[in-house]
Amino acid sequence: MSALSTAGVTGAGGVAPEMPVRAGRRGAGTWRWVVLTAAGLYFLVPIGASLWFTLRDGGAGGLTAEHYTGIPAAEGFAETFGRSLALGSLTVLLALLLMVPTVVLVELRLPRLRTTVELLTLLPLVLPPIALVVGVRSVLAWAPDHFFGTPLAEVFFALQRPSLPWILVFVYVVLALPFVYRALDAGLRGTDLRTLTEAARNLGASWPRVLVSVVLPVLRTSVLNAAFLTLALVLGEFTVAAILGFRTFPTWILEISGSQPQLSVAVSVLSLAMTWLLLLLISALDRRRPGKESA
Amino acid sequence: MTTLPAAPAGTAPAELRERPGVGVRLEGLTRRYGSVLALDGLDLDVTGGELLALLGPSGCGKTTALRAIAGFDRPDAGRVLLDGRDVTDVPASKRDTGMVFQAYSLFPNLTVAENVAFGLRVRRRSRIEQRRRAGELLELVGLADRAGRYPHQLSGGQQQRVALARALAVAPQVLLLDEPLSALDARVRVQLREEIRRIQLELGITTVFVTHDQAEALSVADRVGVLRAGRLEQVASPDDLYERPATAFVAEFVGTMNRVPAVLAGGGVELLGVRRPVAGAAPSGGPVVALVRPEALLVAADPAGEGRVVTRTFSGASTRLAVALPGGVEVVVDVASAESQALVPGTAVTVTPAERAVLVAPAG
Ligand SMILES: Nc1ncnc2c1ncn2[C@@H]1O[C@H](COP(=O)(O)OP(=O)(O)OP(=O)(O)O)[C@@H](O)[C@H]1O
Ligand SMILES: [Mg+2]
Repeated sequence: MSALSTAGVTGAGGVAPEMPVRAGRRGAGTWRWVVLTAAGLYFLVPIGASLWFTLRDGGAGGLTAEHYTGIPAAEGFAETFGRSLALGSLTVLLALLLMVPTVVLVELRLPRLRTTVELLTLLPLVLPPIALVVGVRSVLAWAPDHFFGTPLAEVFFALQRPSLPWILVFVYVVLALPFVYRALDAGLRGTDLRTLTEAARNLGASWPRVLVSVVLPVLRTSVLNAAFLTLALVLGEFTVAAILGFRTFPTWILEISGSQPQLSVAVSVLSLAMTWLLLLLISALDRRRPGKESA
Repeated sequence: MTTLPAAPAGTAPAELRERPGVGVRLEGLTRRYGSVLALDGLDLDVTGGELLALLGPSGCGKTTALRAIAGFDRPDAGRVLLDGRDVTDVPASKRDTGMVFQAYSLFPNLTVAENVAFGLRVRRRSRIEQRRRAGELLELVGLADRAGRYPHQLSGGQQQRVALARALAVAPQVLLLDEPLSALDARVRVQLREEIRRIQLELGITTVFVTHDQAEALSVADRVGVLRAGRLEQVASPDDLYERPATAFVAEFVGTMNRVPAVLAGGGVELLGVRRPVAGAAPSGGPVVALVRPEALLVAADPAGEGRVVTRTFSGASTRLAVALPGGVEVVVDVASAESQALVPGTAVTVTPAERAVLVAPAG
């Protein structure tokens, strides 16, 4: 499952502005190749090894795709992958519902709060997730007893339903905040949203109209980026799910790695490939976006 | 009107010319930002159909005044009237003003034509009308061939033309321009300001043009309002402003002005060894300086003169001389180039004020 978290980091790199390439310095070309090769080996060797490991046919010594074709039918795959996808989608939805209005509001109406919001959204990166989880676990253990017999106890039970643990969604929203905020903020940096909204207002557009016709198109790419990062984060998150005792896609991979090591690695390789595909898709959509400034 | 080499031959669509210019009136507008008084009881009357330039140094409240007219910003006190109607509480989207912003403000996801048609789309006009009107306006600003481009494919000057077309497409009552040329280079700036003036005259649309460039204001405006610290110092035609500035601030902000040491004496003012009448009101006491335009000083080569030519800058028909006078005073003088050939740097000269009334301001 570490494959997926690595992909999440790769995605974050896609959000950052590209560094200008300084040309003309002697030796720069050589160094570029050295760095690229080193980085390439660093990423490619483990992936190549995994691929080799999963394609090898144990007895005959030939090649086989059976570990890949066997994934859909594998015990527990459909259930846990489906659950992780559901958790991911809910997290994306909630995080965007929370952050898009916040970012837009801060940009247009409360620019003085910008630093505060930025610091707040960075907190999850500074606080170790383990601290967050332990805190959540204590509350979950304490609350049902404390509120026993009240509707609140029911709420706490519902939050921990194993089929769709909403508590994970809430924790993941917190963990995703830094990425979502950065992605949205990066999308606003390049445009003067305030002037654009004023231009639209001046031309007679109502506020809902401004939101749909001006703000959302400007934020489209960054919303996609944020959604992608969040999804990758949730699909690869292990610690929180494992400690709270829920069965998700990553915990399932660990579960089967003992008995079916090749299957578990095959799943990891496949999810990595899927993540890359999503990334390519987003950058393709981004390139098609006509108004994008060529950076 | 000046003819431009690149001037498009577009004419204004008839429906844009139907409305006569509408008057704009600001009454006691006050706007405070924390401890900063951006507008300090501003009164202003813009006559229907005129182009009024709001001129003033950075931070004097020009943008704030314009935003109050457009409805982006609510004044703390005072009223905004469009065509005699109080619109102080009308939201920006219902004000019927067309604004061109200092920053590039085209919608990046829309083509040039779609940008121009945006206001019509919001007003639910038919697609056919949107396309026709956008075409006419792009013709008017000379960009008909760029209709399908996206904003980032245009130069800064072209983007501002599109912004102008977009603002005019909805046939607004008033056109508001907030330093629309300040991001452009000098040549484009001169060309575009003349084009704005051509279009404005053609449509007869009431226009408020904000700028901090006095040459820009003087060259295109019917009247210029000089703003200082949130208040109007003077509103007058460019000629009046230049020739008869009401205050020392206006005198020095508009055009080049020399400060010459002077003394008030016998109802007149003594400067450079001669006496001249005082223009307007003289300060009641204390040390004063005379304010004299470069073309209101006469210079003559004179071996006994106390002035020395420091630099000589040729600019076509006239030549500007910088002359050092005793006491560390330096003045600039404009002379006809034909008469300035002998006045090379180092020449000893006398400088005298022309025979006319002189503006006097407190020294310091
Ligand atoms: N949103 C705001 N918050 C705080 N202060 C503001 C704000 N807008 C304007 N001000 C202050 O009000 C004063 C007038 O500002 P304004 O933008 O109207 O000046 P301006 O004449 O347009 O200047 P410039 O030529 O630099 O554009 C300035 O001192 C400015 O700092
Ligand atoms: Mg301004």
